Amino acid sequence: MDGIVAEGLTKVYRSRKSEVRALDGVDLIVEEGTVLGLLGPNGAGKTTTVRILATLLQPDAGTARVAGFDVLHDAQQLRGIIGLSGQYAAVDENLTGRENLWMFGRLYQLSSADARTRAGELLERFEIADAADRLVKTYSGGMRRRLDLASALIGRPRVLFLDEPTTGLDPRGRLGMWDVIRGLVREGATLLMTTQYLEEADALADTIAVVDHGRIIARGTADELKGRVGGERIEVVVHDKADIGRASAVLKRIGAGEIGVDEHLRRLTAVAGDGARSLVQVVRDFDEAAIGIDDIALHRPTLDDVFLALTGHAAELETTNGEENAPAAVAASGRKA
Amino acid sequence: MTVVRIPTRRAGGGASQALRDGLIVAWRNLKRVPRIPELAIFAILQSIMFVLLFAYVFGGAIPLPGGGSYIEYLMPGIFAQTIVFAAATTAISMTSDLSKGIIDRFRSLPMARSAVVSGRALADVVYNAGILVVLMLSGLAVGWRVHSSIPDFLAGVGLLLVFAFAMVWIGVWLGLSVPTVEVTQQLSFTVLFPLTFLSNVFVPTSTLPSWLKPIAEWNPVSALTAATRQLWGNPNPFAATGLPAEHPIALTLIWAVVVVAIFAPLAAWRYHRMSR
Repeated sequence: MDGIVAEGLTKVYRSRKSEVRALDGVDLIVEEGTVLGLLGPNGAGKTTTVRILATLLQPDAGTARVAGFDVLHDAQQLRGIIGLSGQYAAVDENLTGRENLWMFGRLYQLSSADARTRAGELLERFEIADAADRLVKTYSGGMRRRLDLASALIGRPRVLFLDEPTTGLDPRGRLGMWDVIRGLVREGATLLMTTQYLEEADALADTIAVVDHGRIIARGTADELKGRVGGERIEVVVHDKADIGRASAVLKRIGAGEIGVDEHLRRLTAVAGDGARSLVQVVRDFDEAAIGIDDIALHRPTLDDVFLALTGHAAELETTNGEENAPAAVAASGRKA
Repeated sequence: MTVVRIPTRRAGGGASQALRDGLIVAWRNLKRVPRIPELAIFAILQSIMFVLLFAYVFGGAIPLPGGGSYIEYLMPGIFAQTIVFAAATTAISMTSDLSKGIIDRFRSLPMARSAVVSGRALADVVYNAGILVVLMLSGLAVGWRVHSSIPDFLAGVGLLLVFAFAMVWIGVWLGLSVPTVEVTQQLSFTVLFPLTFLSNVFVPTSTLPSWLKPIAEWNPVSALTAATRQLWGNPNPFAATGLPAEHPIALTLIWAVVVVAIFAPLAAWRYHRMSR
């Protein structure tokens, strides 16, 4: 049976002043035992999608089945086989880590003894055993996030939703979280995760769906998407504004595709067809042509590059769109009739 | 490892699951109380401050029709006021759980839908009972006494807790309707202060202007205060005869039923609306 199948999911948030079309016909398929990365900027509809699939929100139109259960009609059965971990660590600060896990285990309908055993296992596994009996308010951000993920796993869910699991973590915390997620994948969980980072989706997901303005605008493996962007990019800042024209000509000989030019910052970007070798070539050619360089770098395609390639516009950060990332309280009030 | 998952899980769950889940949520809510001691301490200090202020500062200037000790008159009112103000604590806890995503976590679990609210109600009634014990001891220290039998005393306590249960529903509804803890705080006190001051808690209603008297006498807080005064043999003057003066216990129970009948469905409606 398919892990997750969604068709035509539509969600409109209405308030007195405005109408936000958060989802505009989202179709998704996640095969059982695979990982789908939902990639997109803030406000694209990632969290709304997850909230619908995790039975927290009802779609205005469209259908979705998770492990064969309809998100609307079989919601209560579905809750018994899913785990949800959001970008806000939804654990109780005034309980200890162990108490949190025991409580969520009991509410997942485990027996008290099972909940206790399972809590112990997860605390060990996520390296919070030492802090297990401390109040969560003394935890670091990374520890809270791991506890939140552990809470989602307490009932051994078959399908797991992770909403921006690394947002707000420092680089070390992020890598640690990646390891944890890879471990889950090895155990065969079906996983849908959202992220704003192409590299994260690349590292963890089997397939990636790119979301923008409530629609899936591209899907494929990370390599396929990167292929559409054209691989790595060279970014050069020339010393003298007058050299921009000549620099652009040099880059054209080496890279494929358009040369991006920002006159104000004296910055040019080009696709590096050959990676580091292209970079070396550019440095040589600039030297030969006596074009002064202030800065030069090779970077992997980012979400911005993907968006630029797919939509022709950069990924907008819709920070004003409260519904997308706010927890229920804020969302509910924003939509108050 | 052979930890077997139990797949025998009933959908939607039945009464025993609802009870079990409600108790777990209540356990969680009560577990938090000593860990955020500010909340309880502040609630108690605030009440004690009212006692001191009215018993020793204003009390001398407030004549009781029919005589009697002002402190004995005041204490039942303070208990009622504390119970009413506790609705703010309920609301704040609810809003805070919402904004921290705990409610979302609960909603994603295969638990009884009612447990979030029933667990809150149960925990808050127990919490109120604890606060009442501390306040009654403080009352005894400043000269308040119960002059009736133990069953009458317990009936008064029971009435306070029934009313606390009703107030929880206002708190839950408010907590689910308001976006932030700060707003909840402001709004609660804007509503609750007049409710307790336009009553017989601090001054006999006979001292009020005639248009205000019926409002104060029919006020549910007055009914509760008068009922406990009557049950405990504390001074209980009234401006006029009528239902509030003659049957304060019945009126308190009616009010409790009315409040629950209005606010429980409103709270449930709010809770369901979260998924819209």
